[in-house]
Amino acid sequence: MMKKKFMSLMLVMAMVLSLAACGAKKEEAPASDAPASTPAAESGSAFKLGGTGPLTGGAAIYGTAAKNGATIAVDEINAMGGIQFDLKYEDDTHDAEKAVNAYNALKDWDMQISLGSVTSKPCEATAAETYADRIFALTPSASSTAVTEGKDNMFQMCFMDPNQGSASAQYIADKALATKVAVIWKNDDVYSKGIHDTFTAKANELGLEIVSDTTFADGNDTDFSVQLSGAQTNGADLVFLPMYYQPASLIFAQASSMNYAPKWFGVDGMDGILTMEGFDPALAEGVMLLTPFNADSTDERTASFVKAYQERFNEVPNQFAADAYDCVYAYKQALEAAGCTPDMSASDLCDKMVEQFTSMSFDGLTGEGMTWDASGAVSKSPKGMVIENGAYVGLD
Amino acid sequence: MTFLNFLIGGISLGSIYAIIALGYTMVYGIAKMLNFAHGDVIMVGAYICFYAISRFSLPPLVGVLLAMFVCTVLGMVVERLAYKPLRAAPSLAVLITAIGVSYFLQNAALLLWSSNPKVFPSVVGTGKVALFGGELTITHVTIVTIVSCVVIMLALTWFTGKTKMGKAMRACSEDKGAAQLMGINVNATISMTFAIGSGLAAIAGVLLCSAYPTLVPTTGSMPGIKAFTAAVFGGIGSIPGALLGGLLLGVIEIFAKAYISTQLSDAIVFAVLIVVLLVKPAGLLGKQIREKV
Amino acid sequence: MANKLKTLSKTSRRNYLTYVLVILAYLVLQLLSGSLSSSLKGMLVPICAYVVMAISLNLTVGILGELSLGHAGFMSVGAFTGVTAAVALQGVIPIAPLRLAIGMVVGAAFAALAGFLIGIPVLRLKGDYLAIVTLAFGEIIKSIFNNLYVGMDGNGLHFSLLSDSTDLAEGGKLIIGGPMGIGGIQKISTFTAGFLLVMITLVVVFNLVNSRSGRAIMAIRDNRIAAESVGVNITKYKMMAFVTSAALAGSAGTLFAMNYSTIVANKFDFNTSILVLVFVVLGGQGNMLGSIVAAAALTILPEALRQFADYRMLVYAIVLILVMLATNNPSFKSFWSRITGKRDKKEAA
Repeated sequence: MMKKKFMSLMLVMAMVLSLAACGAKKEEAPASDAPASTPAAESGSAFKLGGTGPLTGGAAIYGTAAKNGATIAVDEINAMGGIQFDLKYEDDTHDAEKAVNAYNALKDWDMQISLGSVTSKPCEATAAETYADRIFALTPSASSTAVTEGKDNMFQMCFMDPNQGSASAQYIADKALATKVAVIWKNDDVYSKGIHDTFTAKANELGLEIVSDTTFADGNDTDFSVQLSGAQTNGADLVFLPMYYQPASLIFAQASSMNYAPKWFGVDGMDGILTMEGFDPALAEGVMLLTPFNADSTDERTASFVKAYQERFNEVPNQFAADAYDCVYAYKQALEAAGCTPDMSASDLCDKMVEQFTSMSFDGLTGEGMTWDASGAVSKSPKGMVIENGAYVGLD
Repeated sequence: MTFLNFLIGGISLGSIYAIIALGYTMVYGIAKMLNFAHGDVIMVGAYICFYAISRFSLPPLVGVLLAMFVCTVLGMVVERLAYKPLRAAPSLAVLITAIGVSYFLQNAALLLWSSNPKVFPSVVGTGKVALFGGELTITHVTIVTIVSCVVIMLALTWFTGKTKMGKAMRACSEDKGAAQLMGINVNATISMTFAIGSGLAAIAGVLLCSAYPTLVPTTGSMPGIKAFTAAVFGGIGSIPGALLGGLLLGVIEIFAKAYISTQLSDAIVFAVLIVVLLVKPAGLLGKQIREKV
Repeated sequence: MANKLKTLSKTSRRNYLTYVLVILAYLVLQLLSGSLSSSLKGMLVPICAYVVMAISLNLTVGILGELSLGHAGFMSVGAFTGVTAAVALQGVIPIAPLRLAIGMVVGAAFAALAGFLIGIPVLRLKGDYLAIVTLAFGEIIKSIFNNLYVGMDGNGLHFSLLSDSTDLAEGGKLIIGGPMGIGGIQKISTFTAGFLLVMITLVVVFNLVNSRSGRAIMAIRDNRIAAESVGVNITKYKMMAFVTSAALAGSAGTLFAMNYSTIVANKFDFNTSILVLVFVVLGGQGNMLGSIVAAAALTILPEALRQFADYRMLVYAIVLILVMLATNNPSFKSFWSRITGKRDKKEAA
């Protein structure tokens, strides 16, 4: 009897091992159709490019999009010949502790240049590490000021949060879109908080009246009836939504069932709302947003990127994917201009990159003629968009 | 009128918590086990229904039944593989396994259905009933949810009180050893409990996503915790208590947001919970069991 | 010497074994530090913090016998107050280890205070009702730190809730920025500091458990009514265990926070509380060595699974379930006890 039970235990152990083996094999399968994770050639001939982002957990969509966008760029560049990249993305579950772990795993892999982290707080933590280790980092989408603050080798591809907030307020005031404004923001999110603070400051300065200022947080991000009725009863004719598109989609649906139809104004996190499976675009009719990327653009590069992305991942890319795609191309341009070779050390590359990025101008999917200042912030102009009949139309 | 509107808002939210809590309390009250995977079974139910309706264009009712079927089977399989071997182990060991199951379901969903949020097509439409010339509105989802809550509550009360299987369940919850001695098949009874609890989870998932229509692999986790809170609030093992606890939790949450602060609403909800438990240490409708020496 | 060892009770022998193993692990890791991967090196401090968390929660769950679902709340209190103290003293005390130590003491003190305040209502309740109240407190603490602003200028510290109205004077600095948490932290936590904290924790816990008070606490766990009838002051001893546990978690929070350049309140949520509970249950309730091993193993495991790429967390979940099933398998237990010699069955459970 005892023996029998012990045998079954051994069987369980064997199962774990075989499962482990299966897992490893399965992991190879996607890798083979993704040359990005298999070295283009023997090591030493490709630049080792690493990044961390949430690939599991509640924020997985952002990390996955960035990883996919970067993968497409790397494959395109590797196919051209010339500069070769070896890309590796590690999961950080949108957590600073795990991001540092993921970063260390990349360091053990001998990463030479970094794509930072996808989300702000984790990127703040890894930026401190890349700064200490002298590895150059260009984050596609970590937009808080603290990410680049005091670090000469940390650069951003996206707008900084404060710029978005003040640009939005400026835009609303300039176009006289509203006089009474309500803001709904996410109380436990750095991104939302950063935009909210500069937006309200700028709005006060420009004489926009903020009549309702309400929040939600992770635990209660489904019901917005109180926030919306606050905006409605205070007579707000425009509601500013500095948040990602998932809660925004709920807000639109609930406002519509309350018969509340103000003007909506979003930020770059709103991009992606039209790609949600099953979303009724009528709900987002007339939503204005400042975004650097537009998947419906007829621009040739954008169109070919969107096509490649859809074929490969069966989804429409959002701005995270586009930013990451741009990051890889910006690296290509900078590495070529500086004449870097993959056998250079990370710290040598870091010095060259700092020099290049502060002096070059880059045309990408998310903006033309982008430049960076020494602080690491990008200068590009956001495109004002409005959603009409389920598609983006440029605002003048 | 705003007060009444907030009250209705609170009841709509609370009815969602309540319907999850009813499924929760089945497993929790009878198997005496904190099933942290319950929220994730809800998520699975919602995904099944979503795919049935929008990909295979099945009628909503078929979608719901299919989701119930899949969840019931899932609940029984999980119980058989992960919980049954631990029947003799300390209850905390089962709690940890349940957490493992929760991680498993979430990550399996992530791989199967991707992290891209899906917009759930409401199974009862987006209509609403207007009262007092449109000053008060109640959505159809809320009405359906409340009706389902009451029906499920009555059915469960009847089932556990009158049927043979239900009585066996109560016996198992009181004392597993004694129940076994009385000829009750404890394993089968607990398995049945999981089947019912998981079937109810599917209904809860469909209604949750009909009311708040975004669906991601983590959709179930937060409502799961809130429902657990509601179940304890109402009194562990008390079926009407779960309903009452869920409704109150929703109403308190909305009132805290409306009249005190949206920023601190979670803190206020939990503070109220603590105060209530101090006054009524066995929950609102729980039985205070006297300890015998 | 051998004679003396023999006369020691079984528990003290095991306690000494725990000390020796922890010291050995520290020495080995220090000797190997040149050849360790960055990945493992980066995890040493968080492992120490989680070990302290696990031991301190084991005091509540294993020794006192009450389920707590909000232990991360104390870690949060310790992290935020400890870092605030360390940042505030940056100009006054230039020696980093001393600043870290003061930070930990401050963190422990505030967490103990929180533990005391929470203990008053919590300890009146029993079982799952107590568990849900600890969960509630964890969430309340998270919500408060998400809305707390603390700044420092020439006039001292300024506090405000909900929005930043600290109104700092010229040269002032916002330390805690609500949802932004604390940023730009000087990383002064070291593995040695973590090791010392683990040792202190072990000394505190073992001495408490082996004292008269500890026996009273365990008597309450085993039979509250019997303990009460022989004149044990239930509230006092429950509170003693609960507050000690909170204080240790607070210092672990400071250690953890000072290892990263940034920290936010959401880090210390329900999931973190549950994670620590997993360490305790896996290691065995009341078994401190088990907690240490489980905390270290489960912190390393997700990192070791990185080769599985997308399947990483799925494999982690499967391993967690299988380990739980295996360690609770009766034949495995008897097999294990044969290897390790006779073992108190109750503690192994």
